[in-house]
Amino acid sequence: MTNSHAEAATPLLQVSNLTRAFDVSKPWLNRLIERESKQFLRAVDNVTFEIRKGETLALVGESGSGKSTIAKMLVGLLDPSEGEILFDGQPMIMDSSERMMELRKRFQMIFQSPYASLNPRWKVADIIAEPMIVLGVEKDSTRIKARVDELLGLVGLSAADGSKFPHEFSGGQRQRIAIARALSSNPEFIVCDEPTSALDVSVQAQILNLMRDLQDRLGLTYLFISHDLSVVRHMATRIGVLYLGALVEIADSKELFKAPQHPYTRMLLDAVPDLEMTGRQRKEVEGEIPNPIDPPSGCTFHPRCPFANDRCKREVPGWTKTGTGVTACHGVEEGRIPLPAMAE
Amino acid sequence: MTTPLLSVRDLVIEFPNRHGPLTAVDGVSFDLAAGEVLGVVGESGAGKSLTGSAIIGLLDPPGRIASGEIYLKGERIDNLRPEEMRAIRGRRIGMVFQDPLTSLNPLYTIADQLIETIRTHLRLSEREARQRAIGLLDDVGIPAASRRIDDYPHQFSGGMRQRVVIALALAAEPELVIADEPTTALDVSVQAQIIDVLKEQCTQHGASVILITHDMGVIAETADRVAVMYSGRIAEIGPVREIIKNAKHPYTSGLMGSIPTLAQEEDRLVQIPGAMPRLSDIPPGCPFNPRCEHAFDKCRVQRPVLIPVDNREVACWLYEEAEASEVAG
Repeated sequence: MTNSHAEAATPLLQVSNLTRAFDVSKPWLNRLIERESKQFLRAVDNVTFEIRKGETLALVGESGSGKSTIAKMLVGLLDPSEGEILFDGQPMIMDSSERMMELRKRFQMIFQSPYASLNPRWKVADIIAEPMIVLGVEKDSTRIKARVDELLGLVGLSAADGSKFPHEFSGGQRQRIAIARALSSNPEFIVCDEPTSALDVSVQAQILNLMRDLQDRLGLTYLFISHDLSVVRHMATRIGVLYLGALVEIADSKELFKAPQHPYTRMLLDAVPDLEMTGRQRKEVEGEIPNPIDPPSGCTFHPRCPFANDRCKREVPGWTKTGTGVTACHGVEEGRIPLPAMAE
Repeated sequence: MTTPLLSVRDLVIEFPNRHGPLTAVDGVSFDLAAGEVLGVVGESGAGKSLTGSAIIGLLDPPGRIASGEIYLKGERIDNLRPEEMRAIRGRRIGMVFQDPLTSLNPLYTIADQLIETIRTHLRLSEREARQRAIGLLDDVGIPAASRRIDDYPHQFSGGMRQRVVIALALAAEPELVIADEPTTALDVSVQAQIIDVLKEQCTQHGASVILITHDMGVIAETADRVAVMYSGRIAEIGPVREIIKNAKHPYTSGLMGSIPTLAQEEDRLVQIPGAMPRLSDIPPGCPFNPRCEHAFDKCRVQRPVLIPVDNREVACWLYEEAEASEVAG
């Protein structure tokens, strides 16, 4: 339908000004008596990014930074309050129209806990076959069976495992089942929400390797959400850093680690334990994440930022172009932040 | 040689089961010198937390110490009566748990909890105890400690709560602090702060630390020595730097390779095939043998013991011959 040139130009996923506010007001009567107005928590605030075909965009951030809320909105588990999501140029409006059902086949999600995301009363083969049946990808039962066996093989399990129940598997194996389920409708795009944070490191390595192999083999595009910078470094082509629901920096993975621009990104990188034992002196990390119901004015990072001045307290920073990406920081824009000292 | 502060000898922890006892910790021995920080690292089910609970006498039934001895400054503590153990717990051994919200009582203020702990163990008046409590909170980096001491746990953030828990653990000047995954529930930026506070405070109070964690990065930053546990046994124990830079046990080197790091850029992570065996089917010989690429016949039959290799001890048959030839030479 589109020629190949145009296809290369349009990103697979475009997210613009995505915002999600949650109503955290007290009950109506309390508000009336205490004369308070409604309160909203902006879990995701004006987030804009795009993901190109075949790449892995990682979103990193600490708890409460809005990573998972973004993931849920992308797959339609949560409606955005404002903003637009375009998948392959088409708006994602989560209704049950035929157009949407066609679109739905093309993206899937892998959740954090493989203990909670698999129905304990279903056999593994049924779990894996479900997306195919629900989305109408395959109707013929022998073909479904063959496809399930193939998927089990693809994620490193055996066809015989299909007749078992989830409790018979370890955490890592369960995550393999979750991956097989995500792949069963032949999606192009997979949202992975902390896919390895419930797993032990040696098992995490197996799952990360598997995910990269599958990406190479099937040409998948990933949105990879994690709080672990070392994992992100291993997986991502580009990285977006979230703080209090807003993106503060997006850049190519290599560059972000070599020359982090935003003071928050630098702080995050500095906080990663030094496994190489280089004896690097880390800077003291200041403060904690503020309450998102009442975020600081201007740049939300200013109370913790060593470079903050009056302008940071007043004005919300816009995007400043950096090497391969953009960052939202007055200091970087004005050039008053010294270049990162961690580049060796 | 002086008596070590803590000495664990052939500790075996069992869980009774219909099909006979399951051995969760099997023959763990180590010594801890005064002022030392020992990291205990391993994956879920390796027995690291159980070892910690056994030392402090908080093993949840039906788990029990089946055999072995634990000595605190040469004095046996694993067979004490509950009330005798209570005098040691908190006073001589402090504890920091993973989840700071569950280790603080939500119905009492921080002041109540700190003062109670201090006065249980030290002879101080209410006022002196309060002064000491404020001092402790100050030390662990709680801003405006004299005001915040009257707050309830829910009024603190996760990182601040963990600081309070560290203050509580240090309240009675213990000789040993056992920290079980103290930073696992926290964000990375806060984790770094808590590690710093824990390390600094324990050094200042002269307490030794047993730091139990699954995170090798935390160990690298904090510990002097590290014990790597696998299937309830110590696979390798020695100075942190040696083990991180040059692991000897195939499990340790696999574990180190499987950790993605910021510095290196490899396409694939080293992966150890399979998973740690369940307690009910730990293989004979070396428990790691089905996953080990170097395994040979002896590994499948005979259980390896810790033997000294290059400044550390390793439980692996690969190094037996090297040692034998060294002894001969």
